[in-house]
Amino acid sequence: MGTTTTAAGRRPSGTRKGLRGSLWTLAASVMLASTAQAAVPPTPEVNTTGLAVTDDTVKVGILHSITGTMAISEIGSVQAEKLAIDQINAAGGVLGRKIEYVQEDGASDWPTFAEKARKLLRQDDVAAIFGCWTSASRKAVLPVIEQYNGMLYYPTFYEGLEQSPNVIYTGQEATQQILAGIDWAVKTKGAKTFYLLGSDYIWPRTSNKIARKHIDKLGLKVVGEEYYPLGHTQFNSVINKIKLKKPDVIFASVVGGSNVAFYKQMKAAGVDFTDEKPLLLTISVTEDEIRGIGGENVNGIYASMKYFQSLDNPNNQDFVKAFKAAYGDDMVIGDVTQAAYLGPWLWKMAVEKAGSFDIDKIREASPGIEFTKAPEGYVRIHENHHLWSKTRIGQAQTDGQYKVVYETPELMEPDPFPEGYQ
Amino acid sequence: MKTSASPLKWLASREGLYYLALALLLVVILPLALDPFRLNMVGKYLTYAFVAVGLVMCWGKAGILSLGQGVFFGLGGYCMAMFLKLEASTPEATAIQSTPGIPDFMDWNQLTELPWFWEPFHSFAFTLIALIGVPVLLALIIGLAMFTRRVGGVYFAIITQAIAAILTILIIGQQGYTGGVNGITDLQTLMGWDIRTDEAKTLLYFVCVGLLFLCLFTARFVQNRKLGRILVAMNAQEMRVRFSGYDVAAFKIFVFCLAAAFAGVGGALFTLIVGFMSPSFIGIVASIEMVIFCALGGRLSLLGAVYGALLVNAAKSGFSESLPELWPFLMGALFIGVVLAFPNGLAGLYQTYVMPLEARLFRRRTPTPPAAPATGRKDDGKPFDPMIDHFSPEKS
Repeated sequence: MGTTTTAAGRRPSGTRKGLRGSLWTLAASVMLASTAQAAVPPTPEVNTTGLAVTDDTVKVGILHSITGTMAISEIGSVQAEKLAIDQINAAGGVLGRKIEYVQEDGASDWPTFAEKARKLLRQDDVAAIFGCWTSASRKAVLPVIEQYNGMLYYPTFYEGLEQSPNVIYTGQEATQQILAGIDWAVKTKGAKTFYLLGSDYIWPRTSNKIARKHIDKLGLKVVGEEYYPLGHTQFNSVINKIKLKKPDVIFASVVGGSNVAFYKQMKAAGVDFTDEKPLLLTISVTEDEIRGIGGENVNGIYASMKYFQSLDNPNNQDFVKAFKAAYGDDMVIGDVTQAAYLGPWLWKMAVEKAGSFDIDKIREASPGIEFTKAPEGYVRIHENHHLWSKTRIGQAQTDGQYKVVYETPELMEPDPFPEGYQ
Repeated sequence: MKTSASPLKWLASREGLYYLALALLLVVILPLALDPFRLNMVGKYLTYAFVAVGLVMCWGKAGILSLGQGVFFGLGGYCMAMFLKLEASTPEATAIQSTPGIPDFMDWNQLTELPWFWEPFHSFAFTLIALIGVPVLLALIIGLAMFTRRVGGVYFAIITQAIAAILTILIIGQQGYTGGVNGITDLQTLMGWDIRTDEAKTLLYFVCVGLLFLCLFTARFVQNRKLGRILVAMNAQEMRVRFSGYDVAAFKIFVFCLAAAFAGVGGALFTLIVGFMSPSFIGIVASIEMVIFCALGGRLSLLGAVYGALLVNAAKSGFSESLPELWPFLMGALFIGVVLAFPNGLAGLYQTYVMPLEARLFRRRTPTPPAAPATGRKDDGKPFDPMIDHFSPEKS
């Protein structure tokens, strides 16, 4: 979509540089070449579409909300992306070029996201964008990225039903989280009845649609399904309904500030999650959210995700250490933060595999790329631009961390358009 | 009216020169100075200027403060977005869905057929009527309900704000029918014409400038009539106007509908220029921002409103690009600074400081051009009174 117009529409990089500047670069590259320090491929070879690539730098964009209501969630992603970029630079950069980033603020406002994405692609000629968080912001940015043939690394777990040639989805799509979570609840906890509860927008609705189909397939029962507007804070009526219907599992996809009210009111109504009557399984509360809700209010709930800060493997220990060293000891790392950290690394590997910064070549090179150093363990990019990854079940502790109680033995295949679930 | 009889003479007058300067800026200078990307952004800012011009009429002249102009902007925008979305949702393009041929978000929300109120938006003619008609109709209903009961001032402002909140909640809640919080995205073509290319965006920019001038002239036309004077009088002494036998409510409804129509056109252009529409333009924050454009430009000056919308939005983009961590504070400082220091906004600033200079220059360089005294009016260096329209010719 729009690939050819993009190549023509982009200015060749370096036109804004003065003659003296280019002479210097030339001299520098001649010197580099003569000392034969490293085999840095010449810029015209690795950049045929006018991206902001010079002989020693490459420009990328970071596009998240750092102001507005989403800032509290998205700042973790920004930090993770910057950390990854710093680490890549310290290890020699990408194709011998240091990564420079241009950060833009989406301001929790979807049109601003679109405007900034356009700016990053048209004005800054960035080679990749790491960004977006909510589905709404991704939907706003998507046409822009496709029109100007950019590459977006999107970190959030999301509803699926999308597969753009210009996006690499580093978070899980809905089936990866949901199927594993429900199977676990059925097998190990003997769950028979489910109550689906979510905020009223596309992700919870799609997630619950998938959950319902899966529960039906297993021959089990959904006893209730409710949605509340974003920011809703009165959950008393649904708590009463839950007490009446006595489901085995509450399957919750409530997001944002509503969570604080929901878990506090559940607790006030006398529900102790550690009793597991009912068991609460969420796909939306990461360690980041618990910081707002308070560990004592969610103690005992289960979450189905691909990453928890407490994961016990050497990659993750290094990652947590580096993250805390960079941003302070009191930082917590949630699922999305880790997924955001994967973005720059996956891009670097794609560029190096392709031997080029060209978007079309990265797109071709991406499927099959493996990242063995991922904090969550091993991940691999699927043909459909999502990641193969394991799903874990964690139980929330009073200190705000999850204790991992289960891990799928195999990598879950990403399936953004699940047959029979639509 | 004398001015319309001799448009050339009008152009040579001081007011005409201001309009010429704005036209020069928008039609010649900006398109030459900016690349297509930045020009497209200016186009987006200009769509807000439609709202600001409407607010000058409604708030500045007639004294009706509406904190819900985003509603009308959004309705106009949604009408256009619905048309474009239907065009983009051909059965071929949406073959992957469970129900091909309906917009993608409906399919995600398990709708299996197009809702009835979407059907007419297959027609472009209907869309054009609706994008003005729907906002005006809503304004008419609000106006009838409020002004005939003599609800005004702060109460009216609060009610308009509540309407903005209600509509936002409605649109977000009914996502199967409206696209919810995501809005209506991925709009591609207008009657087969790709609106995403640079050429299209540049053309849309000029269309936007043209329509903006049309709105400016409409507003100017109203303001220079007896109608405009009654609006100003109503603002100053509503009781006297009422006791003089005028139906105050009818005038208020008229000007409120006029502002709604302008906002609707602006919203529709916004959708075309930006390529999507979402509830964030309808809400309270967006609506208040629109009032700020108008306040910053000078709420009594039509042209000031255009400059205000341009300046505030350019500052917003500029600050947020150069200082992503600090920009909301800088914007806040800009608003507070301007409102504290220059209560009449940019236009007031211009009138106090630049106009006297200008007057002196005019007198020295061109000693009384024959046109000016012929109309027998102003430019006499009197201190500016914002309540009086200095440019209006005498009653004909």
